[in-house]
Amino acid sequence: MFLAALIACAFSGILILIRIILGQTTFDRVLAVNSLGTIIVIGIALHGFYTNRPEFLDIAIVYALINFIGTVAVLKLFSTGSLGEQRK
Amino acid sequence: MDLFIDIITGLCFFIGSLSIIIGACGLIKLPDVFSRIHAAGMIDTGGTAFFLLGMILQTGWSLITVKLILIGVFVFFTSPVTSHVTANLARQKNLMPVGKKIGKLL
Repeated sequence: MFLAALIACAFSGILILIRIILGQTTFDRVLAVNSLGTIIVIGIALHGFYTNRPEFLDIAIVYALINFIGTVAVLKLFSTGSLGEQRK
Repeated sequence: MDLFIDIITGLCFFIGSLSIIIGACGLIKLPDVFSRIHAAGMIDTGGTAFFLLGMILQTGWSLITVKLILIGVFVFFTSPVTSHVTANLARQKNLMPVGKKIGKLL
């Protein structure tokens, strides 16, 4: 059951990688990377259950937070050209 | 009772897998940034909700349940923020939906 769900996660991850490669604008790529991060969070949790080691859930929590912060940081860098430091 | 919980978990995993595969296909197929946000939101809500519900049913009550609920809360709070930031910035950069001219959309 967990193995089938992991295979579904891997398949949709491959489909999203096609969009990351093909994407016309930067926003398409950022959106696809965010969705890939969400699928990786689900995949880490499922892998922890599949191998009977649920300690992987801590890594999944940290990955969810880093995914959000990374997406917002890339969009801010693309928007303003800096990450918030003082301009000279 | 064990078999019943296993069946419900399998059903949750099936709906979640269907949701993320449909979302990934929509992310490839849809023509535009503003419509691809819809597919990404489907992955974030439908997939995550059903997968986490299935895993919660498998564990019962323990610390693992709290961690799964924490993952769900984080994803449910950060997904709308990401969608909003992406759409807002795409609109600021003068991207338009397919078929709309610049200045025709409020």
